[in-house]
Amino acid sequence: MKLVVIAGPPSAGKTAVVRQVLRNLGTGETAAYLKIDVVRAFEDEELATEFGIPTRKVYSGDLCPDHAGIMVMADALRWAEKEEASVLIVESAGLCLRCSPYVTQALGIVVLSAISGTHAPLKMGPMIALADVAVVTRIDLVSQAEKEVFREGIREVAPGIEIVETNAVQGTGMRYLLQRIAEAEEVQDAATVELRGVPPLGVCTVCVGKKEIGWQHHFGVVRRLGDAGTLFRGD
Amino acid sequence: MDLQVTEITVLPGKDKNGETEHFDRIVIRSGETLAIVGPTGSGKSAFINDIEVFARDDTVTGRTVLVNGAIPPDDYVRDPAKKPIALITQNTKCLADLKVAEFLEMHVRSRKIEGDEIISETIALANEFTGEKIMPEARMTSLSGGQTRSLMVADAIFVGSTPVIILDEVENAGIFKDRVIEVLRRYQKAVVFVTHDPLVALMCDRRVVMRNGTVVRVIEHTGEEEEALSVVKKMDGILCRLRERIRAGEALTGGVQAL
Repeated sequence: MKLVVIAGPPSAGKTAVVRQVLRNLGTGETAAYLKIDVVRAFEDEELATEFGIPTRKVYSGDLCPDHAGIMVMADALRWAEKEEASVLIVESAGLCLRCSPYVTQALGIVVLSAISGTHAPLKMGPMIALADVAVVTRIDLVSQAEKEVFREGIREVAPGIEIVETNAVQGTGMRYLLQRIAEAEEVQDAATVELRGVPPLGVCTVCVGKKEIGWQHHFGVVRRLGDAGTLFRGD
Repeated sequence: MDLQVTEITVLPGKDKNGETEHFDRIVIRSGETLAIVGPTGSGKSAFINDIEVFARDDTVTGRTVLVNGAIPPDDYVRDPAKKPIALITQNTKCLADLKVAEFLEMHVRSRKIEGDEIISETIALANEFTGEKIMPEARMTSLSGGQTRSLMVADAIFVGSTPVIILDEVENAGIFKDRVIEVLRRYQKAVVFVTHDPLVALMCDRRVVMRNGTVVRVIEHTGEEEEALSVVKKMDGILCRLRERIRAGEALTGGVQAL
């Protein structure tokens, strides 16, 4: 079974890309789909109805969705295996963009919208840098020069990344993504799948629900105004 | 840049009822202009998109597009520096945060072009197409539709230097369209215009008529429409002068006969 992890900022067109992939997946391929979201998601129901494939969703609630994804990934692989899927597509909610949900033995796809501004790729760091393929959606809305300048931004973050430009609603250019999925390697050993990058330092007392303001009320990985580094107090 | 692209061929696909389109092939060569006309929703955008992505029976229309009579290499689609087509869209307000000169610099850098003059040349050419002068220090987002479109056309000529340019409704932007056509001819570009404008449509060498997602007719520029063209040119001249006077805040007393 292959594992495809799709990430990207909200409204970039991730689900439209998933739809195109499902629509054009080769005969003999069977997909399973997992959506990781924060509070509400409908994609699992929609895609199950549309394509008749097994789908699931997980709400991360107060936890970062990418962290939730990491927690459930191993179970998801077992589930998709049981469903006899040949491809498991995991779509992340994509929120703070500091993190990268891609794992080893998988194909990592980042979805970006061509109309999100020249500096958008530069603001996304690991989510682009650790991906295998960048899919640029809404390409029909920008002129040639804009496309090239946007690509330049992506290449600045990830010089070797493969770029696929598409109008995901119509599916133009999608043949290159499908080709890449077809060539992707299978998961060799689900027990050894791990994250490609180190997750950002995260949890402090704000994240566990303390309401007081000011750094002196908090511990964990915290930063004061004027500090260059991060401060760690207590445990 | 591959200057050897001399013709683009569009092969028929299927109409909305699944029937093969009623044309054999539509070929567009360097220095030629093609107009795509038809009501809203008739498939004009799909037609230019097919050309832009070099459709290979993998778009909704099922058309195939050839370059010099053959399926083009993947590089033409995937590597912008090798792509021989520049599509200039109606909306070019997307790259929010750059100045004009920075935008062009970034494009020049992505194309690995040497020389500093190219940026000022591009802006100068763009300024030939528009009445409102574009300054290098202006922000891309502060440009008007006409200025942005002018800049994109000039960029496609100098920076992109693509042999094929597709323009989506150039007339809507308040741009000197006859000057654009003239310059594109001078640079031997193959140009496809999606247009509702009688002047642009009549000036083109060929006119593709679309309806219900399919090509229904191709009208050659044979000279039979010459009379209509000269009248339209005159009318367009009148409209241009009227526009300028209205913009300048004049009252049009005394009718329009004197224009």
